[in-house]
Amino acid sequence: MNKPRIKLPDAAKAGDLIEIKTLISHVMETGQRKDPDGKVIPRNIINFFSASFAGDEVFKADLQAGISANPYLSFFMKVPGPGEFEFTWVEDGGNKVVERIKLNVT
Amino acid sequence: MAQAQSWDLRLKMKDKQTPLLLDRRAFAAGAAAMVLVAGTAGQLSAQATEPVWQQTLRSLVGDAKPIEGKVTLELPEIAENGNTVPLTVSVESPMTGTDYVKAIHVLATENPQPGVATFRFSPLSGKASAASRMRLARTQEVIALAELSDGKFLIGRRTVKVTIGGCGG
Repeated sequence: MNKPRIKLPDAAKAGDLIEIKTLISHVMETGQRKDPDGKVIPRNIINFFSASFAGDEVFKADLQAGISANPYLSFFMKVPGPGEFEFTWVEDGGNKVVERIKLNVT
Repeated sequence: MAQAQSWDLRLKMKDKQTPLLLDRRAFAAGAAAMVLVAGTAGQLSAQATEPVWQQTLRSLVGDAKPIEGKVTLELPEIAENGNTVPLTVSVESPMTGTDYVKAIHVLATENPQPGVATFRFSPLSGKASAASRMRLARTQEVIALAELSDGKFLIGRRTVKVTIGGCGG
């Protein structure tokens, strides 16, 4: 899994409703396809995503084979005050990518 | 029910082995067994032919009856590429600590695996809305099921025409 891309507003105030956009490159192999020899290519997807802010849960997603390659996710948060986001992507087999970004609260 | 089924199986086996020697007594017993089985067979075949997405939906809602509406599914009317179809789901909700949307489940009814995603919200969410990109194997109805904090369910549907199917098909 490569380094994810995350888009936050440049600045936000406490009480604002902000949109968070995330993207990570991943094949999201469904487990339905076959290789040229006719063997099934095993499933390999990111099956879980979570976002927390200042230690509190904001949003979680259970992803299944119906999500496109390079999964994009966007969601909202009502800014409780200053803090740092922690985003986690978990792949089949348990590999994880964790990314932390501070939100500029003015 | 189990007894009736084993009866049926044995009769079938006997029929196979001795199709021409089937006597009247065996036929009468068979007919009786068939009547016994008929009632349960109807139920069994209904379960076997129920689409996977309906089974998934039932496992999520249990006995509850989802209410149509209040769930918005934004999807293109025509998707040229089924490998990546933009999707936004949202539910009208005040999203307060006592009245909020717990989760939205997205199902693609005609995909080989109907599960797409479950989005889970929190008191910090502020708005019950999420967006992603999904795969659609062919033209089909997409379903969004919202699970509310009071245990109720809302359901929204939208049909997407797919020009080139996704899922590596």
